[in-house]
Amino acid sequence: MSEQGIINGTKIEREQVVAKAPEAANAKRFHPLWELTIARVRETLREPEVIFWVFIFPILLVFALGIAFRNTGPQKIRVAVERNETAASASAQAADALSRSSDLDVVELSPAEAQQALRSGKVALVVRPSVDEDAAARGHSDAANSNDASASSRLSLYASFSYRFDPTRTESRQARMVVDDALERAAGRRDVTQSNDETITEPGARYIDFLIPGLLGMNLMGSGLWGVGFAVVNARTRKLLKRFAATPMRRSHYLLSFVLSRLFFLILEVAAVIAFAWFTFGFTIHGSLLGMAFLLLLGALTFSGVGLLVASRPKTIEGVSGLMNLVMMPMWLLSGTFFSSARFPNFLQPFIKALPLTALNDSLRAVMNDGASVMTSWATVSILLAWCVISFIIALKIFRWQ
Amino acid sequence: MNTLRSNNIEQAALSCVRLVKRYPDVVAVDGIDLEVRMGECFGLLGPNGAGKTTTVEIFEGLTKPDGGTVEVLGEAWGKGRDTALRNRFGVQLQETQLAEKLTVKETVQLFRSFYKRGRDVDSIINLVELNEKRDARVGKLSGGQKQRLALACAMAGDPDLLFLDEPTTGLDPQARLKLWDIVEQFRAGGGSVILTTHYMEEAARLCDRVAIMDHGHVIASGTPAELIASLDADQIVEFSVKGKVEKDALERLSGVRRVRANGDGYALTVQDIGAALPALLSELEQERAELVSLTTHQATLEDVFVSLTGRMLRDV
Ligand SMILES: Nc1ncnc2c1ncn2[C@@H]1O[C@H](COP(=O)(O)OP(=O)(O)OP(=O)(O)O)[C@@H](O)[C@H]1O
Ligand SMILES: [Mg+2]
Repeated sequence: MSEQGIINGTKIEREQVVAKAPEAANAKRFHPLWELTIARVRETLREPEVIFWVFIFPILLVFALGIAFRNTGPQKIRVAVERNETAASASAQAADALSRSSDLDVVELSPAEAQQALRSGKVALVVRPSVDEDAAARGHSDAANSNDASASSRLSLYASFSYRFDPTRTESRQARMVVDDALERAAGRRDVTQSNDETITEPGARYIDFLIPGLLGMNLMGSGLWGVGFAVVNARTRKLLKRFAATPMRRSHYLLSFVLSRLFFLILEVAAVIAFAWFTFGFTIHGSLLGMAFLLLLGALTFSGVGLLVASRPKTIEGVSGLMNLVMMPMWLLSGTFFSSARFPNFLQPFIKALPLTALNDSLRAVMNDGASVMTSWATVSILLAWCVISFIIALKIFRWQ
Repeated sequence: MNTLRSNNIEQAALSCVRLVKRYPDVVAVDGIDLEVRMGECFGLLGPNGAGKTTTVEIFEGLTKPDGGTVEVLGEAWGKGRDTALRNRFGVQLQETQLAEKLTVKETVQLFRSFYKRGRDVDSIINLVELNEKRDARVGKLSGGQKQRLALACAMAGDPDLLFLDEPTTGLDPQARLKLWDIVEQFRAGGGSVILTTHYMEEAARLCDRVAIMDHGHVIASGTPAELIASLDADQIVEFSVKGKVEKDALERLSGVRRVRANGDGYALTVQDIGAALPALLSELEQERAELVSLTTHQATLEDVFVSLTGRMLRDV
């Protein structure tokens, strides 16, 4: 830059210190998009809360839910048998028969105690045995006559039972069936048809397997929106956006840097959750890893786009927080993170299906649980793409720089 | 005007004509005309709310004026050359807080990456004497260091023109001196500077020319020396008394140009202090007023502002 030479002789000696950088000395510089992205990543990593919310919290959530819904077999139902002085052997036999059922947990209680236990919900049902005296007398002579050894081990045929329970409690109605079935069998009933149970506990079909893709989706939404939203509005309140607007920086680069920096964290946060779920619950991915990676990437891009849109105008952190909750609330409720969104009424379905989190959850489950190819999820993938591109473009248009 | 870029001798660094900016409850800039020459340091002086920041942000292309025209380095805003133009000037805003979690070096590096030309990051940091702090977080810097970092970011693109909005407000005298040094060095390299301030000594030391603003108007402009000369007096005598002295009597004293009530006494704008001071003392004796204090100083830009508006610069 020869034109930048200094004419005035008295200031020549200062030229050494301050003269304009010659063209050759123009320092190497990285691309502004790269610098902006790196700056975003650095800022985020230096925020200790971020580490908690991004990495620790999702793992805690997976752990808590995994424990709550772990497959330890169905819970036993607690039932009580009334101790009856006149039918002491009947109650003992009934208690014995019921305790052999794997579905029941039996206690013998006095009538008053049983009543109390039923009322307070400690037991689901009370069995009250009574003895038909005449039948018993006949029965004893029969038994003596036939000298049938098995008859004594069998439940007395001459006892009758009444069940006390609250029919509005599902558990009690279930207890009614299980108890009745157990007593009938003990009294010698034979099944007329053959049936056997097949229980599903193999990986891939459990609730935890359903849950993990949903949690990943919800997590991408949360960290995308909060991460982008707070950082943008914070920079706006600090007049940093205005400062950037006064440089030749391309405005789209600034917005893109948020999207790109999210990809960096995406890899970490997804890896943390999946590794934890695999280690603790034996979670496995049925479909292709590449397909899953593609969907997660698209999800992260989409939610950072939505985050930019939400953060494009608000001037205060309070303002952006409210808006963020407003945007995320329907997706928390409707997008099928914890249970299938198909449970919602039909008229809501088009709306639910158009939500980006529904699209992400559904396509993630198709690949991770059902082993489907990403191609089959083209509809949900297009929904995600649309959200991503449209919200980014609108955000760039309406972004408030000061 | 000692330093000029040879190819730009005739070109103005900046000019604006009948510039207007209205906000709902105030006209912040009310028809301003200015011309800043290449290589010049131009000061916008004025009290709080005078419209300095608004004016400068219009120059910087951050605020759209409601009327008038602006040309910066020969270019107007919104003619498709905005990015090219932004490559040629640097900005330090009045209220920007840079990202606290980044280090000095990372911050300068980020700003450096936005500009086509410029020196390397280390030498920019050198320029503002922050070498020792290059790896410190921005949040941990002192006020003066933060201001110097802001200056480094403004100079990251090796600009032809610097806009500095109150670069030294809130700094202690030492930090202020350091900053002035850096600005003077930048000017010695041929750069032009437009700065706002409400420190008269800052304007007097750094600026070739100043414009004094009040309520969105430029009420006076020229070199500091010209403005002070416009007072038609070179000394200010301030005194306070016990007892009563008539203002009329003071105005009649020889060498006194202007009299202004000032607390328990008066401030006299005086041309010939050798004549005025004895006259004042004998007047006081005659009136049997007891002198409590008396100071004299060279007239400053502050006195120019006071004589133009009747108010002090800082306490309005
Ligand atoms: N965005 C805005 N909306 C409404 N009024 C504004 C806005 N910005 C500035 N003003 C008003 O315009 C006037 C000039 O403000 P400006 O910031 O330009 O003053 P200044 O000379 O820079 O003052 P200071 O020395 O305090 O920085 C003030 O009355 C201010 O209240
Ligand atoms: Mg201001």
